[in-house]
Amino acid sequence: MEKNRTDVTRCKGCGYCVAECPKQAISFGEHMNAKGYLTIVVDQEKCIQCGSCYRVCPDNVFEIL
Amino acid sequence: MKLKAPDRITFNTSGFCPGCGHGVAGRLIAEVVEEMGLADKLITTVDVACGSLHLTDWHFDTVMAAHGRTLVTAIGLKKVRPDNPVMAYYGDGAGYAIGMAETMHAGLRNDNVIAIVVNNAIYGMTGGQMAPTTLPGQKTTSSPYGKDAARFGKPFRIEDAYSGFDIGYLARGALVGAANINRAKKMIRKAFEKHMDNQGLCYVELLSPCPTNWNLAPLKAKDFLLEEMTQHFPLGEFKGGDTK
Ligand SMILES: Cc1ncc(C[n+]2csc(CCOP(=O)(O)OP(=O)(O)O)c2C)c(N)n1
Ligand code: SF4
Ligand code: SF4
Ligand code: SF4
Ligand SMILES: [Mg+2]
Repeated sequence: MEKNRTDVTRCKGCGYCVAECPKQAISFGEHMNAKGYLTIVVDQEKCIQCGSCYRVCPDNVFEIL
Repeated sequence: MKLKAPDRITFNTSGFCPGCGHGVAGRLIAEVVEEMGLADKLITTVDVACGSLHLTDWHFDTVMAAHGRTLVTAIGLKKVRPDNPVMAYYGDGAGYAIGMAETMHAGLRNDNVIAIVVNNAIYGMTGGQMAPTTLPGQKTTSSPYGKDAARFGKPFRIEDAYSGFDIGYLARGALVGAANINRAKKMIRKAFEKHMDNQGLCYVELLSPCPTNWNLAPLKAKDFLLEEMTQHFPLGEFKGGDTK
């Protein structure tokens, strides 16, 4: 089930979300976006939809469904 | 819990550097404005500094003021548009260096506007020069050996400067970590509510990471903010507050 939709075209690889997630559901993947930033991936299984990543992300990457 | 960035904040990639707090501040403001149904009435002013990049993020009526004249431009707008909520958005350099006179007179008169001041202890846009908020010992492009507080002064604290003034609301939040960000949003919300109740100057300072000019990776900048910056800039409400 998709719980947390991401738009990684906006991600700048700051890592705030990775550090904040209480379930270690976010990690850096291998995809580099058009701006040249290494972007994150969310493990939808592990996500509990707490919203912390949404809150700390400066670039509006997350939408909690 | 469903969470989606407000429609009033654009989905283009913002122009801010990775990990910059301005992006979080912009979203919090858009969330509050959307929740309160003020998006079509709000008039904002932004400053000629990094915060001006919100011009292309926000879908609000926005005036770009001269550097440091953001607050006084908002005060003028409120006088000619008294029925519109008006918010000034600017940095610590704008507010506490070039715009110090505007900051002090707005407090003295308790002008009826919202001020959101993003304090990153530095001149961000121009390449990281020392500001009145720069911490003692902090290295900047204009204090390469660290700020000498005996010569340049201690970090400027708005709650001290405004201590004798009766203003509507004064608080300081931080733009790193989910708990701090939630609290900062409540402060912004309170400033907007008091503004809608015409309580005078409603002022929220937000401690914000500038990884680029602090020469720190974003997560290290977050640590610097929480461990060093808050020693000089305590978080909390100083006037008109009861936010948990
Ligand atoms: C009248 C005038 N003086 C100086 C400048 C150059 N200038 C642009 S931004 C800035 C300081 C920015 O610092 P701050 O207000 O803290 O905003 P930040 O970029 O850190 O968010 C300065 C000195 C200017 N644009 N206009
Ligand atoms: S919503 Fe919470 S659990 Fe899910 S990815 Fe974000 S921080 Fe992790
Ligand atoms: S907080 Fe946002 S911009 Fe930063 S790494 Fe996570 S998704 Fe990317
Ligand atoms: S220079 Fe600093 S304040 Fe300006 S966009 Fe970059 S991180 Fe943000
Ligand atoms: Mg600044």
